[in-house]
Amino acid sequence: MAAIRCSGLVKRYADVVAVAGLELTVAAGECFGLLGPNGAGKTTTIEILEGLTEPDAGDVELLGMRWGGGGAGGAADRALRERLGIQLQETQLADKLTVAETVRLFRSFYTSSHSVDEVLALVELEEKRGAWVGKLSGGQKQRLAVACALVSRPELLFLDEPTTGLDPQSRRQLWEVIRRFRAAGGTVLLTTHYMEEAERLCDRVAIMDHGKVIALGTPRELIASLGAEHVVEFALVDGAGRVPAPEELAALPGVQAVRPGPDPTALTVAAVHLAVPALLGLLERRGAELSMLATHHATLEDVFVSLTGRQLRDA
Amino acid sequence: MRDRPLVQLTLARMREFYREPEAIFWVFGFPLVLAFALGIAFRNRGPGELKIGVLRAPGDSVIAAALDRSPALAAAVLDSGEARTQFRTGRIALLVVPGDPLVYRYDSTRTESRLARLEADEALQRARGRPDVASVRDERVTEPGSRYIDFLIPGLLGMNLMGSGLWGVGFSVVQARTKKLLKRFMATPMRRSHYLLSFILSRLLFLFLEIAALVGFGWLMFGVAVRGSFGALALITVLGALSFAGLGMLVASRARTIEAVSGLMNLVMLPMWILSGTFFSYSRFPDAMQPFVKALPLTALNDALRAVMIDGTGLVRLGAPLAIVAGWGAVSVGVALKIFRWR
Repeated sequence: MAAIRCSGLVKRYADVVAVAGLELTVAAGECFGLLGPNGAGKTTTIEILEGLTEPDAGDVELLGMRWGGGGAGGAADRALRERLGIQLQETQLADKLTVAETVRLFRSFYTSSHSVDEVLALVELEEKRGAWVGKLSGGQKQRLAVACALVSRPELLFLDEPTTGLDPQSRRQLWEVIRRFRAAGGTVLLTTHYMEEAERLCDRVAIMDHGKVIALGTPRELIASLGAEHVVEFALVDGAGRVPAPEELAALPGVQAVRPGPDPTALTVAAVHLAVPALLGLLERRGAELSMLATHHATLEDVFVSLTGRQLRDA
Repeated sequence: MRDRPLVQLTLARMREFYREPEAIFWVFGFPLVLAFALGIAFRNRGPGELKIGVLRAPGDSVIAAALDRSPALAAAVLDSGEARTQFRTGRIALLVVPGDPLVYRYDSTRTESRLARLEADEALQRARGRPDVASVRDERVTEPGSRYIDFLIPGLLGMNLMGSGLWGVGFSVVQARTKKLLKRFMATPMRRSHYLLSFILSRLLFLFLEIAALVGFGWLMFGVAVRGSFGALALITVLGALSFAGLGMLVASRARTIEAVSGLMNLVMLPMWILSGTFFSYSRFPDAMQPFVKALPLTALNDALRAVMIDGTGLVRLGAPLAIVAGWGAVSVGVALKIFRWR
């Protein structure tokens, strides 16, 4: 049975279409990532799935149930909420409550739940048990938010940009929490604009742009769709020599695709050992001077760039 | 053992309140400071000596001496320029111009001046030989219950119930909404009724501390007694607290920002601070305004509190003001539940 199934989702705000006919199916036990730049419609989508935003059109089914049975906030909705764990992007928990008091408050809303100690152990916040929420670091607050989502022993966990703004160490700690939840059989839907996070955590990802899914698959499949595994990026010193035309670059041995600058120019490359010497030779003949040259394994970031022509971060 | 959501929500409310020193001051400290300052400033000490000017003219010293013989008066002989200045600035209550007839110059709208006129006339007529025709004896008493502080303490109690009801509920709800905490709660199976009830419950628990602080202070510091029953007083304050908590809920039902809700709360409270007879009797307002003033919840609450504390009235005779208080609460909650923005 699918944990999440939705079709034809549409949500319009006054001057913008946030979600434009979205279809998704997430299998039970899967970790599914919604990727995309800010404003792509990720948060609107996840909040429609969570039953917090009313869609203008479309159908949502979670764990075989639908929202609004018996009216908003009715018994049927509450029964469904018992089975979900939700972390919202902007929630600020009360500053003047302690970590344990906060978890205990959320715990009291559910009929079945972890003990306070169990859930604090899950997110490694045992030492902060008695600390006021206002005194926690960003990473600790975020783990507390996830603890409040996990306290109900959910079958389905929604995380909206759980690691945005966190330092690398805090990010890794949260990834570990999510991995443990999955290992215990839970289903996760998360949104992120960190491609690395999606590659590491998700079984499948949907790349969103302007309220639509523009690519869907496992991270490996999506990267393979580029047709090459490496990316070579370079930039030239201004005014030195003549910049090679995109067609010339595309003709170099081993080059699959070219994304011209301004800065930097990126080549999708199947064979780095052929393409790089050929590129250097071409630049030398033109008298061009390199200001930067880098190669890396292709990532989901490159997939997004090749699909939209824009970088994720500044899209 | 399972935690009960209503208990946990109420505990959270109370913790957030008592861990906020500013809130403690405004709810408990401020009314006491106000009661103390006003109680001292307006304590009953009588009018003291009334200052009387005598214009420099033939016969002035005889008149001044006669006035000075009265214990209630202090006379001074003044040149005409000096007399004019002191009269205009209110430093003398009355100016006596020697001559025949004697002239009393005073402002008849000032209580003090009218008193000075009576005392001065008495002293001067006696000095010229007027006899007393009836024999009288003075009995001086000070009656607790008739002083300003006796009037003030119930008013402050009412004002405090209004302020803490509106701020306590309105502010917290809007803060939870702006911080998206309300939305987060909506993502759990929490019952909405539990959320709203938790505000009422925590208000009621703090209420008893508020009353005890203010009534106890009035009693210890100024000997303000409660003439009626404590049961009646408790019932009225509970009703008042519930009503204003309902009004707070209404004020907070749609507002998305703290600024918006602060503005709304001041809009609701300001007319009642002035009109509802907290610091002075609302009977001073013109007759045309009286029906409006009496329909305000704080006016009704203050009337009921004063009736119990000062007059010792029983609850049965307070049906009208209590119905007004309850009506405001019920209508506010009804409307609030209809239009409440849960996200």
